Amino acid sequence: MSEHPPVIPQAEPKARLSGTSPDESDLTRSRIGAPLASVSHRSVRDDGWRWLDSDLVYSFTRSKLVMAAALLTVLMLGAALLAPLIAPHDPYDLKSLSLLDANTPPAWEQGGDARFPLGTDDQGRDILSTILYGTRSSLLISLTAVLLATGLGVALGLWAGYAGGRVDAVIMRAADVQLTFPAILTALLIDGVMLAVVRNTTLEAGKFWVLVISIGLAYWVQYARTVRGVTLVERNKEYVEAARLIGLRPVKIMFQHILPNVLGPVLVIATINLALAIITEATLSFLGVGLPPTEPSLGTMIQIGNRYLFSGSWWMVAFPGFTLALLALAVNLLGDWLRDALNPKLR
Amino acid sequence: MLAFAIRRLFEALLVMITVALLAFVLFRYVGDPVNQMVGQDTSLEDRLKLRHELGLDDPVLVQFARFIANAATLNFGISYQMKQPVISIISDRLPATIELALAAALIAVALGIPMGVYTGIHRDSWLSKVFLTVSLVGISLPTFLIGILLIYVFSVWLHLLPTFGRGEVVSIGFWRTGLLTVSGLKALILPAITLGLFQMTLVTRLVRAEMLEVLRTDYIKFARARGLSERAINFGHALKNTLVPVITVIGLQLGSIVAFAIITETVFQWPGMGLMFIQAVQHADIPVMAAYLMLVAFLFVLINFIVDLVYVRIDPRIRILRRAA
Amino acid sequence: MAEPVLSVRDLKVGFPIRRGTLVAVDGVSFDIAAGEVLGVVGESGAGKSLTGAAVIGLIEPPGRIMAGTVQLSGRRIDDLSPEEMRKVRGRRIGMVFQDPLTSLNPLYRIGDQIVETIRTHTGLSERKARERAIALLQEAGIPGARARIDSYPHEFSGGMRQRVVLALALCAEPDLLIADEPTTALDVSIQAQIIALLKRLCRERGTAVMLITHDMGVIAETADRVAVMYAGRIAEIGPVREVVQSPHHPYTKGLMGAIPTVATQAERLVQIPGSMPRLTAIPAGCAFHPRCPHAFDRCRRERPERMPAGASEAACWLVAETAGAGA
Repeated sequence: MSEHPPVIPQAEPKARLSGTSPDESDLTRSRIGAPLASVSHRSVRDDGWRWLDSDLVYSFTRSKLVMAAALLTVLMLGAALLAPLIAPHDPYDLKSLSLLDANTPPAWEQGGDARFPLGTDDQGRDILSTILYGTRSSLLISLTAVLLATGLGVALGLWAGYAGGRVDAVIMRAADVQLTFPAILTALLIDGVMLAVVRNTTLEAGKFWVLVISIGLAYWVQYARTVRGVTLVERNKEYVEAARLIGLRPVKIMFQHILPNVLGPVLVIATINLALAIITEATLSFLGVGLPPTEPSLGTMIQIGNRYLFSGSWWMVAFPGFTLALLALAVNLLGDWLRDALNPKLR
Repeated sequence: MLAFAIRRLFEALLVMITVALLAFVLFRYVGDPVNQMVGQDTSLEDRLKLRHELGLDDPVLVQFARFIANAATLNFGISYQMKQPVISIISDRLPATIELALAAALIAVALGIPMGVYTGIHRDSWLSKVFLTVSLVGISLPTFLIGILLIYVFSVWLHLLPTFGRGEVVSIGFWRTGLLTVSGLKALILPAITLGLFQMTLVTRLVRAEMLEVLRTDYIKFARARGLSERAINFGHALKNTLVPVITVIGLQLGSIVAFAIITETVFQWPGMGLMFIQAVQHADIPVMAAYLMLVAFLFVLINFIVDLVYVRIDPRIRILRRAA
Repeated sequence: MAEPVLSVRDLKVGFPIRRGTLVAVDGVSFDIAAGEVLGVVGESGAGKSLTGAAVIGLIEPPGRIMAGTVQLSGRRIDDLSPEEMRKVRGRRIGMVFQDPLTSLNPLYRIGDQIVETIRTHTGLSERKARERAIALLQEAGIPGARARIDSYPHEFSGGMRQRVVLALALCAEPDLLIADEPTTALDVSIQAQIIALLKRLCRERGTAVMLITHDMGVIAETADRVAVMYAGRIAEIGPVREVVQSPHHPYTKGLMGAIPTVATQAERLVQIPGSMPRLTAIPAGCAFHPRCPHAFDRCRRERPERMPAGASEAACWLVAETAGAGA
């Protein structure tokens, strides 16, 4: 829930001699003896599919764990997005709920009901449906928040790096101040303030945006710092000078020319960020300042279920908890792998 | 050394003032102090009179100055929700959080560093893989989930440890401690593990990464070329070079434990400042939120400052360069 | 004749990669006698440093010695257990690396580092070891050694640091010193001093030296014999005078030709066309044939063995032809 310290390699250095240069494929003879192939071992696929032979994909297929994590993430993503189609009930439809159905155990237990495969919560909502919808909410909020953080952070980073001087100083100072606090605290604070402001209005849908803004604003800093660093380096290069001489406007230079160089590290940060965003949203909901019980996310479900843990209704916590754990683990694994795979130092 | 300290002090002050500004804006403009304090049927005249008495008509800068002066004397106003002076609520809750934070920090460091060192040296042993899996779990799972899991296993299922609260406390002056009773200590275990696990994971990963980097350096290679024993290399050279840069980062991480306590205290209903803050957020109790913000900021800034000074002391490169400069 | 201190035969060092094995040192053999300085020259990537690492047993995994033997004073050391090899390092073989700043642990005083090494290999007491260290530093030309022994590495200049590094490598009195680019990271003005120091210290102790460098000037100054490496193999090996003044292998000729001297009249520097092949694409037959102006059919098919040429040996079919024809 706190930022990872930047660029610390997490895996062992792999003694890989080859980069991704085309030369390496020109193995005309194997060193062990007979020629491997009479033709040079170029990638046999044509240009569109060449990337399948790249080191990135190789490292991906090497690790079964990472592949499993990716598969899991895709499945959950799919299930969540298709929730309205595949869920047996609609947990947000308050009229369809009946308190008589409340606290039903999972279908395979005694007292269970086949209509509610994983049981119901204290309001009579089907746990399975709520998990699907809840995951959907969590993912939507997290993705949007990451987009916000990325957009804001990259823009500020480009600006700070390119403009330099006062602008740079102010932005970086703000970043430093915000970095003294853990992101969760920042998110909590923004959330709390916005709730206090919005308190007097009855915008329920507003909760979505409150969370997005809280989480997004909590995580822009890492992007800004990294992008600023790259921008500072690129700014001094000749192609930027040339662009300036031609008379291109600074904004155009920043976005068209410098931005592509920054995408690699930004992608890595974004993946890690997604995992953090999911956890942050769940935490905020668990603490009661996120999504409300009427439209619960996984975190809210866990909070509700927690109250009933001791009275024996374990399913209200277990299933959402398990789902959240899987989701967090999967995205984390992917992020870890991506960071190692894209880290030039480990090549 | 003195110049360095003064500069850092100045920067720290800058951060504090920025935070104070934020807290002030929060306090003054979000929600209305007057409306929170009076009943619904208080007349408009009385409200205006109250505003004037509270000094809410004065220029903003004056109000800000007054706010800072008040904060310096630990006067944070009255809680909207509990109708008590904020400072008394804080001093009531502070010991609980401090004890929890220290216990968690102890776990994080006492377990994290050895695990990090071990997995750095023995990269491929099965024990390393176990440690790394634990660390992956610790860093992936949300803290509250871990807390609930622990409660379920050790309280509900095994009946070994209490599910919530602090147990019995003993008062030493104004400090109410749970460390002197068996039930107090028992109640401390699960929350401390929950709070410390995430930090422990970070420490392990940090130490391990640094250890791996150090073991790849030329001076370690040269030490091997000189025939030094593995022991001397790992625990003499590598360890020292690993811990020196890492100790400052660890110090900073530990500072953030106080903030993470919010979650743990909520899960375990631990009567500390974190729980107080969450309740304040839930009830839009602005004075408490503002006070917590200031306090936590002060704590972080203090820890940052101390850590900087310590680092300058222990790294001979910096120490000597500064002396020469 | 006395037994050579170091005897390397058919050494092969390789790295397993996902498409097979990369052979970086391919059948290298040479001897070094006591007190002799053997220079090992070649371009970057020729395998010189790896050969040195192989001798002292410090190849980084997954690289490993695939074949061949390394003998120290008649006894094999390439098949020793890690613990036995550790005892050999420092005590019987010393090694210095290129960058003196990164070779020394920045958080330890240099005196402590020397004393630690001395005490690892001898039973000397702390005090005696310290005296020895001070004497060594004085020998290495560090002024005020008694005071400076308690300084940290960054308090020394580059040249001073390399002196300390040399002292460290020699403090346990090894029979062989491997110096891997010892002067490359130093200022030109300092280079000469360090080389002179190295020569003196080793001559006084009768230490054999394997001097790895890409700088022919250093070799000409310092070495007794020189081995020229190309693409993981030795192209030519012989007394330094002969190799420098009358080289036999076309590659060596190219190297010597490329060094401008005061006497050179030419307008442009001579260059060997092309570049050394990557390890994954080493040509069949003689590794140098694509760039060789004298290559003929046999060069493309068969890998040449080392053949006598004057007082040296060269791995070139040309030599065989001329030897056969001329003798």
